[in-house]
Amino acid sequence: MFTAFDNFPALLIWLPLIGGLLSFLLKKEGMARIVSMASSLLSVVVVVASMIYAKPEHALLNQVSYAWLHGLGSSFSFLLDELTKTLCLLTAIVFPIVLLVVKKNQYKNEHIFFGLLMLTQCGLMGVFMAADALVFYFFWELALIPVYFLSSIWGGEKRIKATFKFFIYTFIGSLLLLIGILYMYLQTEDQSFSIVSFYRLQLTAQQQFGLFFLFFSAFAIKMPIVPFHTWQPEAYEQAPTPVTMVLSGVMVKMGVFGVIRWLLPLFPLAVKEFNGPIILLISVGMIYASLIAIKQDSLKRLIAYSSIAHIGLMAAGVFALKDIAMQGVILQMFNHGINIVALWVVADMIEKQTGVCKISELGGIATKAPVLSVFFVVAAMANIALPLTNAFVGEFMIFNGLFNYNPWIAALAGISIILSAIYTLNMIKNVLYGSTNSVTEGFTDASTTQIIVFSILVSFILTIGIYPEPLLNVIKTASSIPLFPFK
Amino acid sequence: MNVIILSAIWGVLMMYVGFITKNKNVPTYVAIAGIILLLVVNWMEYLGMFFFNVDTKGMLEYDSFSLIFNQVILFSTLVYFLLSGSQVSSFKNNVSDLYALIFFIITGISVVAGFKSLLMLFIGIEIISIPLYVLAGSEKSNLKSNEAALKYFLMGAFSTGLMLMGIAFLYGNAGTFMLEGIQIGATEITPMLSIGLILLLCSMSFKVSAAPFHFWTPDVYDGSPTVFTSFMATIVKSAAFFAFFKLFQNAFGNIREEWGILVAIIAVFTLLIGNITAVFQQSFKRMLSYSSIAQAGFMLLGVFAMNSFAKQGLILYFAAYSLATIGIFAVLAKFKDHSIEAFNGFAKQYPLVALGMLICILSLAGIPLTAGFFAKYYMLLGVIEHGNMIWLAIFAVICAAVSVYYYFRVVQAIYFKETTIQADVTFSKPFAYIMLANAGLIIVLGIHPDWLLSYLNI
Repeated sequence: MFTAFDNFPALLIWLPLIGGLLSFLLKKEGMARIVSMASSLLSVVVVVASMIYAKPEHALLNQVSYAWLHGLGSSFSFLLDELTKTLCLLTAIVFPIVLLVVKKNQYKNEHIFFGLLMLTQCGLMGVFMAADALVFYFFWELALIPVYFLSSIWGGEKRIKATFKFFIYTFIGSLLLLIGILYMYLQTEDQSFSIVSFYRLQLTAQQQFGLFFLFFSAFAIKMPIVPFHTWQPEAYEQAPTPVTMVLSGVMVKMGVFGVIRWLLPLFPLAVKEFNGPIILLISVGMIYASLIAIKQDSLKRLIAYSSIAHIGLMAAGVFALKDIAMQGVILQMFNHGINIVALWVVADMIEKQTGVCKISELGGIATKAPVLSVFFVVAAMANIALPLTNAFVGEFMIFNGLFNYNPWIAALAGISIILSAIYTLNMIKNVLYGSTNSVTEGFTDASTTQIIVFSILVSFILTIGIYPEPLLNVIKTASSIPLFPFK
Repeated sequence: MNVIILSAIWGVLMMYVGFITKNKNVPTYVAIAGIILLLVVNWMEYLGMFFFNVDTKGMLEYDSFSLIFNQVILFSTLVYFLLSGSQVSSFKNNVSDLYALIFFIITGISVVAGFKSLLMLFIGIEIISIPLYVLAGSEKSNLKSNEAALKYFLMGAFSTGLMLMGIAFLYGNAGTFMLEGIQIGATEITPMLSIGLILLLCSMSFKVSAAPFHFWTPDVYDGSPTVFTSFMATIVKSAAFFAFFKLFQNAFGNIREEWGILVAIIAVFTLLIGNITAVFQQSFKRMLSYSSIAQAGFMLLGVFAMNSFAKQGLILYFAAYSLATIGIFAVLAKFKDHSIEAFNGFAKQYPLVALGMLICILSLAGIPLTAGFFAKYYMLLGVIEHGNMIWLAIFAVICAAVSVYYYFRVVQAIYFKETTIQADVTFSKPFAYIMLANAGLIIVLGIHPDWLLSYLNI
């Protein structure tokens, strides 16, 4: 009866891959959209099924592997455990929403656009489920390539430069990661890339220190942590909004995920040595990013900097090495994905209708578009992590752990939450209220499709905010493996 | 052995084709037929079927490493003929002679593939070089081509002189030209041995255009007719690297600790100079010459590591690098304007050719799913396994990241920029399909390099 479970991970790779490749071939108008929508919805079904049917005690059975490079000891193997399930659920949910946001004929060569989006999904699923370091590296890079093309072809005015910067940054990081992986591979007894062999390795402190930085640089650039963040605001601003949603909603989680799945269990000695300075660096970075967000006039850049602060909090939570914080981080990864996608949906709508995304030029939208405004306020509240929203649960758990780790650090990180209230509420005030002007005069409210998108997102925000139990149950055991070496 | 003799015969045959027919396409077909024949006989030799039995007194010996190398070279030449054949036959006259020269070069490469004696190495390298000087200068009315030929000849002669002198020193030390004899004697280092080694190191660095012996490369590659630059930069360079690796493995493998650091330093300089200079090039052709220096830096890592990973990696590197570069040069050769801007908006005009070219460029940049990734991967694995030199691997990947910068400038021009200059180039349907097939092969090797490497018995 376990055969059904074995196929879940394989399905999650194959569905978007086939959907993507099919989309490339379907030049007929609208067909590519239907195919990619179908494949992404099927992914949601598969993830949900895996959450219901695959109990934690089956986690090891929940693997699939194909022989790949025999001579090199690498096999195409995936596993689906609690941590992975949460992120796969997020990935699966974000993509249909992104597809809904894309309007008909909005982009030239729609079939290629959708095809590349699906390939991105395939790459992300692969990163999250990989149970083999070389496979992990492969998907880590592959998720990047379609995004590079999506942003460079369909992005904003300065797209080529911004996207290229993003590409080079992450490419350097991932090459360093590759060296780390190769070094570890040569140390394993059975010459294998499998995650089990890697976990079994006993490295000296000296080796761990070096490898820690090779791995960490890749993850830090991806998250991004200040001072590796300079690619991020430009890339978010210049990428087409659907791609920005994928980037900020799912892709940055690759960094946090990498730390949890690979960095902590592999290099416990180095983590214990360096986690103090790293948390400090992150906390200062959070405040820095929040301060910059306050000064931003561009809606998109504001959201981008606010995202740096939020991701920073998750990274700090991971390095606090506490059970409660780790669970909070995993939950918050999911929540942040939903919340930031919600903010981008609003920003996209406003920019499409008015043609501007400068906060100072907007105003009075609340009177013209009440539905949109309500939604925007809910999303903004979730961004500040107000009680009853999903982010409250997650950030509360993280702060709980951080406080246990060091009250002063928790207080320092807490400043950024206060700052986030300042810039978010300021944004709400200046965009929604005040008097209408020539730009916002003709603003119309959300269409039916957009209301569907809104209600999906709001239902996630409120459900998890009020009744997080089901998701927390899934996450509960997820912190045991990464934190095991520290107990 | 099969290939040496048959390629020499076919070269002579090619010259007669020029007498028999004036049709310019016929030599191309005959050449393609010849290469396919050579591929088959080389494969038969791999399977243990010999057509010729020549007693070389052990000076030539073919193992699976040599034969698979030969196979890679012959296959790359086949792709080269298929893609660039029309360019060769567009020369005003003596088309069949040009093909004949290429076949003679292949003879030389096969000699290099199997050398066990320094004499054979010298003969092989000379057989490769002399036809190349002619090919470099084959555009007689073009001054740059003449300059390139002369420069190449002078530099080549100079480095051959160094090589001969090195060989003489080694002979004086060991009393034999055979690699085994030198290897056994090499366990203790005499001044004569070290002078010989350094001279050979310098001359081989000349041949593979490693820094600081690379100065001839950009001018020669830039000045030569683009079709022959393609051949020089890929197939001939691979052969030179094979000779480099084989010589240092079989003659100086025991004293690797002594010269390893020298090769590492040369590799560092080559990577640095190749990559940094390529960034500033405006001409695509010149950028590719510097990129070939940069790629040579990566291949040098294999010579440095000198383990089984390096051996497999070099074979894969030859295949990946040659296929990709031949593809790119084949497209470039059709352009009169060699600047990167000439490619603006290329994807809109010729989507299939552009896709093939894109995959070639991604492979050169070493992006996963292409053969170029695994080529670099094996080199890094080799260096890391060697131990104590992790910094070299880190340096190499940083240079690889720099290389992405200039390779992707071309990608940006092809895909993201609007057409600025209407280039008057045409690509036939078959050309586009061969480009795509070539790209497909690069991807297949990038997913499953074992399909090639499993034939090596290491």
